[in-house]
This record gives sequence, C-alpha cells and structure tokens, in this order.
Amino acid sequence: MYEIVFREEIAPDTWRYVVRAPEIAERRRAGQFVVLRVDDKGERFPLTIVGSDPDQGTIELIFQAVGTSTRLLADLQVGDEVIDLLGPLGHPTHIDCFGTCVVTGGGYGMAPVIPIAEALKDAGNRLIGINGARAREHVILEDRLREICDRVEVCTDDGSYGHQGFVTDVLRGIIEAGEQIDYVLAIGPTPMMRAVAELTRPRGIRTVVSLNPIMIDGTGMCGGCRVEVGGETKFACVDGPEFDGHLVNFDTLMRRQKMYDGMESEAQRMYRPHSTPCRQEEAAHGH
Amino acid sequence: MDTEVGMGRPPMPEQPPERRVGNFEEVPLGYSPEAAFAEARRCLQCKRPLCIEGCPVAVQIPEFIALMAEGKFTEAARKIKETNALPAICGRVCPQETQCELRCVLGKRGEPIAIGRLERFAADWELQHGEVEPPELPEPTGFSVAVVGSGPGGLACAADLAMRGHRVTIYELFHAAGGVLRYGIPRFRLPREVLDAELDYLRGLGVEIRLNFAVGRTATVDDLLREHDAILIATGAGLPRFLDIPGENLLGVYSANEFLTRVNLMHADLFPEYHTPVHCGQNVIVVGGGNVAMDSARTARRLGAGHVTVLYRRTRAEMPARAEEIVHAEEEGIEFRFLAAPVEMLGDDESWLRAMRCIRTELGEPDETARRRPIPIEGSEFEIPCDTAVIAIGSRAHPLVPDTTPDLEVGTRGYITIDDTGATSRPGVFAGGDIVTGSATVIQAMGAGRRAAESIHRYVTDHSGGEKA
Ligand SMILES: Cc1cc2nc3c(=O)[nH]c(=O)nc-3n(C[C@H](O)[C@H](O)[C@H](O)COP(=O)(O)OP(=O)(O)OC[C@H]3O[C@@H](n4cnc5c(N)ncnc54)[C@H](O)[C@@H]3O)c2cc1C
Ligand SMILES: Cc1cc2nc3c(=O)[nH]c(=O)nc-3n(C[C@H](O)[C@H](O)[C@H](O)COP(=O)(O)OP(=O)(O)OC[C@H]3O[C@@H](n4cnc5c(N)ncnc54)[C@H](O)[C@@H]3O)c2cc1C
Ligand code: SF4
Ligand code: SF4
Ligand code: FES
Repeated sequence: MYEIVFREEIAPDTWRYVVRAPEIAERRRAGQFVVLRVDDKGERFPLTIVGSDPDQGTIELIFQAVGTSTRLLADLQVGDEVIDLLGPLGHPTHIDCFGTCVVTGGGYGMAPVIPIAEALKDAGNRLIGINGARAREHVILEDRLREICDRVEVCTDDGSYGHQGFVTDVLRGIIEAGEQIDYVLAIGPTPMMRAVAELTRPRGIRTVVSLNPIMIDGTGMCGGCRVEVGGETKFACVDGPEFDGHLVNFDTLMRRQKMYDGMESEAQRMYRPHSTPCRQEEAAHGH
Repeated sequence: MDTEVGMGRPPMPEQPPERRVGNFEEVPLGYSPEAAFAEARRCLQCKRPLCIEGCPVAVQIPEFIALMAEGKFTEAARKIKETNALPAICGRVCPQETQCELRCVLGKRGEPIAIGRLERFAADWELQHGEVEPPELPEPTGFSVAVVGSGPGGLACAADLAMRGHRVTIYELFHAAGGVLRYGIPRFRLPREVLDAELDYLRGLGVEIRLNFAVGRTATVDDLLREHDAILIATGAGLPRFLDIPGENLLGVYSANEFLTRVNLMHADLFPEYHTPVHCGQNVIVVGGGNVAMDSARTARRLGAGHVTVLYRRTRAEMPARAEEIVHAEEEGIEFRFLAAPVEMLGDDESWLRAMRCIRTELGEPDETARRRPIPIEGSEFEIPCDTAVIAIGSRAHPLVPDTTPDLEVGTRGYITIDDTGATSRPGVFAGGDIVTGSATVIQAMGAGRRAAESIHRYVTDHSGGEKA
C-alpha cells in the first residue's frame, strides 16, 4: 500500500500528491510514469512521475480529475493509501545538449514537462518555457517553470492571464522573431501536441511529444496502448511514451482514447451521483 | 452412469450450455465421491505405469489413485502434492489427452483413466474439507532466493525451495499473483477460489509475494542479486502478437491478452461495479485455434455476444486447443470457420471495426511444427461482418528482464537460453517456463520450475559448503 503524505489542489480539479513509494523514488528518471489503482475495484491507469525525494522515499504526482479513476484518487485524503502503484515505467527521456529548447505544456501537460525540463537544463540546454492553460486559474506550476527556464511565456485561451492564445501562437511568435530553436518538447491534450508538431514540421525542428493512450498493464503485455508512429505500430508504454511528433498518427490516437467514452460516463453517473455535473452539462443546463 | 471396472469413465457433470453462457461459473462441476471412487477402481495399478511417463512432473499416478480407491481422498491429494504443488489447477487445465491420459494402457482399447478429473477431485476434496495443512518445513537454511514472475513456473519453484528451508520472495509486476492463471485462463475454467487457495498454501510455506514489482524497472536482476543468493526468471511469454495487417488499430480490435486481462484480472464483466470497461459487440470474430482462442470466444459469448466465430487457418485436426475446450465451445454455439485467414480489418466512418476481409487457405507440406502449412488461395477473398475482433495467434517473449540484465544470453526470438540444469549465462541466475520454451503448458512450466528449484538448491548449498555464512 502506498500512503499519501501530502495533497493540495493547485488549480480547479487539478491535484498535486506526494505518495510514499521508496523504490520508485530512488530509481525514476525524467519521462517515466507509474500505473496505479485506487481501490480493489479500480482501473489501472498511468500518471507521470513529476518529481521525487529519494531521502523521504516519496514521489510526486500531478493529475487532473477527469473521470472515475482520477476523481476517486482526488477523493483520498492525507494518510489514505493507494492500493497499487507500479513503476517506474516507460523509457526515460532521451536527454542531450541540443542547444535552445522550447518546453511547452498545455493544461495538466505542464506537470510531465517539469522533470524533463529539469533534465534538459542539467544537460546544459538553454530553455524557453511556454505554459498554456484555458484561463488564469488553470495555469499550474508557473513558479517551478520559471526556476528551471531561462525565459518563460504564459498564455491562456481567454486572455485572462499572459498572452491570449494557444501555445502554438506563442511558439510561432518566438520562431518568427528569429530565435534559433533546436528542440521542442510538447505535452498536453492530443490536439495541442498535434498543432505543435504541425507548426515545427515544415521548419524541420526536432519535436518530441509524450503520448497518453489508454493503458492497462503498462509493461507491453496487452497492446491496448498501441499507437502509429511512422507507419508502424508501437506500444506507448514500452516503446515510449515519448515519440517524434512528426511521425505520430494523432488521428488514431485520439480515436483510441475515446473508445470507452460512452461506457465511462455510465460509470461516472454510478459513482458520482451527487457530484457536480461536468462543465458541458452545466452549459447545456444553462447554469 | 456406467461405472463398472473395465468400462468407460463416468461422465463429468456439467452446467448445461444454455445456462452457462449466461454466467462465468465453472463449467465441469467435478466428480461425486461415488464417481471418483468408481473411476479410481478402474485403474489397473500397472507394474510399469506408462501414465507417469506422460506427466511432465511425474505425479505418482497409480499410488494416488490407489489411495482414492480406498476412499482416502485427502491422502491422495497429499501424495500428488509430493511432486505437483498445484493439483487443483493441473487437474483442470492440463491437456491430459496428450500427456498422462495419452499413455494410460486402458486407452488402447477403451477410455483411459480420467487422471485429471481424479486429481481435481482429490485436491478439491482436501480443500473443501479444510484438510489442507502445510507440510512440515525443515530448519531455515538462511539462503534467500528471488523468483521473478508468479505464473505456474515461478509458483512451483517457490514451493519446492520453501520446502527445502530456503527463504523465497516472488516478485510480480501485476497487482495479483498467478500469471496466466490469473489474467489469461477464465474463471469458468479455473475458479479464482481454487487459484487463491493454492496461493494461500504457498504463503503457508512462508513464501513472500511482492506485487507491483517490475523486475527490470522497479529493480534490476543485478539489484536483486545483492539481496538474494540466487534468482529464477519465470516471466512467461506474455507479449501479444498481432497479424500485421491493415486496419488492426481500428476500435474494437483487441489482442487476446488485452481482452482476457480486462475481464479476468480487471473484472470488466462486472463493469461498472468494477471500473475497467471492455467493448464486446454482437458479432465477434476470434482469430486463432489454441486455448487462448477458445477462452476468448467463450468469454465473448458470456459477455453477451450473439454470434461468435472462431477463424482458423488450418482445420480442426490441427487445432492446438485442449479437446475439452473445443467441445465446450461448440456446445456454447460458437461457430468455427476453418481454412481461412484475415487479410484486412475494415472500419466505418468512426473507425470502428465493421468487417474482416479474409482469404481461404489450403494445407500444404508440414512446417517446422509438423503441422501442415496453410497456403492462401489466390482470388478467394471474402468478407465477414463483425464489430469486435480478438487476435489470439500466439505470444512473444517478455523482453523486460533480458533487456535490463547485461550478459544474459537469449536466443533468436528473445527466449532466455539455459543449460539442462536451468542455469542461464549469468551465475546464480536460472530460468524456466514460457520465457525459455515459448508458450507451452501450465504443467511444463511447473516442471521447469521444479527442475530449476533442484538446481538452485544445489547451487546455493555448493557455493557455501552447505552453510550460509
Ligand atoms: C504515460 C501517461 C502519463 C500520464 N500522465 C498524466 C499525468 O501526469 N497527469 C494526468 O492528469 N493525467 C495523466 N495521464 C492521463 C491519465 O492517465 C488519464 O487522465 C486517466 O487515465 C483518466 O482516467 P479516468 O477514469 O479518470 O477518466 P476516464 O473516465 O477514463 O476518462 C475521462 C475522459 O478523459 C479521457 N481520457 C481517458 N484516458 C485518457 C488518456 N490516457 N489521455 C487523455 N484523455 C484520456 C476520456 O476520453 C474521457 O473523455 C497520463 C497518461 C499516460 C498514458
Ligand atoms: C488464455 C490462455 C489459456 C491457456 N490455457 C492453458 C490450458 O488450458 N492448459 C495449459 O496447460 N496451458 C494453458 N495456457 C498456457 C499456460 O498458461 C502457460 O504455458 C503457463 O502459464 C506458463 O507459465 P510461466 O510461469 O512460464 O509464465 P506466466 O504464467 O506467463 O507467468 C509469468 C508471470 O511473470 C510476470 N512478469 C513478467 N515480467 C515480469 C517482470 N519483469 N517482473 C515481475 N514479474 C514479471 C507476469 O506478470 C506473469 O504474472 C494458456 C495460456 C493462455 C494465455
Ligand atoms: S499434472 Fe497434469 S499431466 Fe501430470 S498427472 Fe496431473 S493432469 Fe496428468
Ligand atoms: S497406465 Fe492407466 S491403468 Fe495403468 S496405472 Fe496408469 S492410470 Fe492406472
Ligand atoms: S499498456 Fe498494455 S501494452 Fe502498453
């Protein structure tokens, strides 16, 4: 059992947890993730290891409560335990001295960016961070990004904080201003990663994305996480999760992520009968 | 019921097909004491019992059957356990018709002794009557052994080492132990209470099972060697194989591993009470002809699929599945289409599977597995509509341990190379089961685990003059 030693809500429905897992804390490297199960009826689902404290034997997870499993996790309190936690899984990020790197995260995607940005910085890269979110209250980890990066830009879809627009708008601005960019890392919702890849492709800038298909075991045993990269089928959990953004078939990824959407909302109704309805429902009901 | 000595075996009572397709309860219900007794008395108690030669772990078959013929069922179970730590499981899932029962002399003229059913009966009896007691353990030796993987190979090795007084820790990456017995074989063939009882027995021997531990990730073999005196790698052949044809990433196309894991390990049949979903349509095609294909097809039926087709590129005679599973599948209304292979999966506008394009095959010369090779017949393509497909065409070696263990020798297809004692190229590291042989059987994996236990015992004692420093 893996005890939660600290939790805080860092943005609406977005949580930072510190969980006891000494073996993982000692070994994990940037880009790796865990697969966890909240209780004995729960699903196995992946979360990136954002940081760790080997002395305390803890790891840091940041997640957005979007569905049954992440909401059940968000319901736990300090002192509660997660029943299962496996890791560190996936290939560690390939880190090198590339030159000037742009690291960009959209929404909760900012969390997995942090450990990789740290590793890139340690390897001697110059770092530009772009932190994108829907609105001001959803911007997360800005201070940590500023500590790591040489320059940070923040943007929000609605313009309530920083630049108004998407991370791609900011990235385009940086490129058009004549910055020589050698490497781009983009993590976030699939459409955002796709948009970044499309922006950098014609300019020939190496672009790395971290894919988040639905997973079960996280160790190569089910093939549920398969993604198409460069025309080949890869298992994101063992061949990735990071891939060359210019080679990823984002269409397949997005469709496969939605495979169980109908069934998932059924489960959520069952488990959260009294919970606040999701944003779309609120809108639909005219609240 | 015909139970007279020298005649056929008593039939196995079973859940009727129309009822069982609506539940996941076990299909064969087990012999009554009377039937078991009668069947045991049919055994000739051969002086040179050929049946034993057919069993990969040499269960003392005539001896345990003789005890049963005296009504000493619990004693019979203990006799079996001297060589087979998991009789309730093997009695259910061994392909007896190609192993022990194939060699039984009675099979020459009539039906062989139902060795598997008797084994199951004895083990169940011991369990149900609360008569399982852990054997007396010798003094602890002070040696400690790591077993990687909690499938039948790992479990058998752990049991033997524990009975020799060694401290054993099993490391398993999943959140529950049992390997294929847990995530692959459905509970209508192997009820989970049976597996859990066997695991309890093992824990009773002092074996520690560490779950959520991926060797190669959470710690490496070299890390484990610092804590343990020897290691067995029994990580299985759990990686799925796909067909490598267009459309295989459409929604509704599963590997058998994923389909079965969702149901067996994650209880997707009880969604949404359990939170893992599975998509099972009305028209399911399972590709393959082995146990895995039968299990997938019968699982789909129980998830509510109206029509399930098994597509196999050879004929019924070449199907590697256990005979009983094929019969059970047929009784459950599963359609078999032989001599055909998929060439493409076709999707609808939303990328959901809508049909499978197949090609007819004919059998040519025997291939390296001695089965006749299927050859596609040009121009014979046809389509079968379907909304779910399950690919059950075999598996691959699990690469996690070889990839993270320097100097561990593997063969061309990634299976670990061992000598005849089970030792790998790394001193103190042994291997057995599907990770060595490729996908085989439960009892073969157990046999390998037991041989490795013997070698590990010799290795740790030889390397220290018999005493732990
Ligand atoms: C390698 C990896 C690392 C990840 N790291 C993080 C992380 O650090 N923080 C974090 O918040 N999330 C992360 N995710 C995503 C996270 O696993 C999913 O949000 C989670 O599984 C959703 O489960 P649920 O039951 O709460 O939601 P569900 O009820 O399963 O789904 C709710 C909604 O989310 C969508 N969804 C489901 N799974 C995913 C997915 N994998 N990616 C995108 N959308 C999905 C569904 O389509 C649905 O619309 C990661 C995923 C992967 C593969
Ligand atoms: C669906 C299905 C039905 C079958 N039906 C039958 C049948 O009826 N009769 C029969 O005799 N045989 C059957 N078989 C075959 C039989 O189950 C296997 O041959 C047998 O289980 C192999 O045992 P094993 O111990 O080598 O490996 P497995 O049972 O595969 O166990 C390996 C274990 O190691 C774990 N593992 C892997 N890598 C690591 C790691 N790095 N760290 C920690 N743990 C790890 C895995 O999670 C798994 O639990 C069937 C197989 C399947 C898939
Ligand atoms: S273990 Fe399997 S092969 Fe051996 S006697 Fe029992 S059923 Fe037969
Ligand atoms: S060969 Fe058949 S009859 Fe002879 S001892 Fe074995 S089970 Fe009994
Ligand atoms: S999650 Fe099962 S293979 Fe990747």
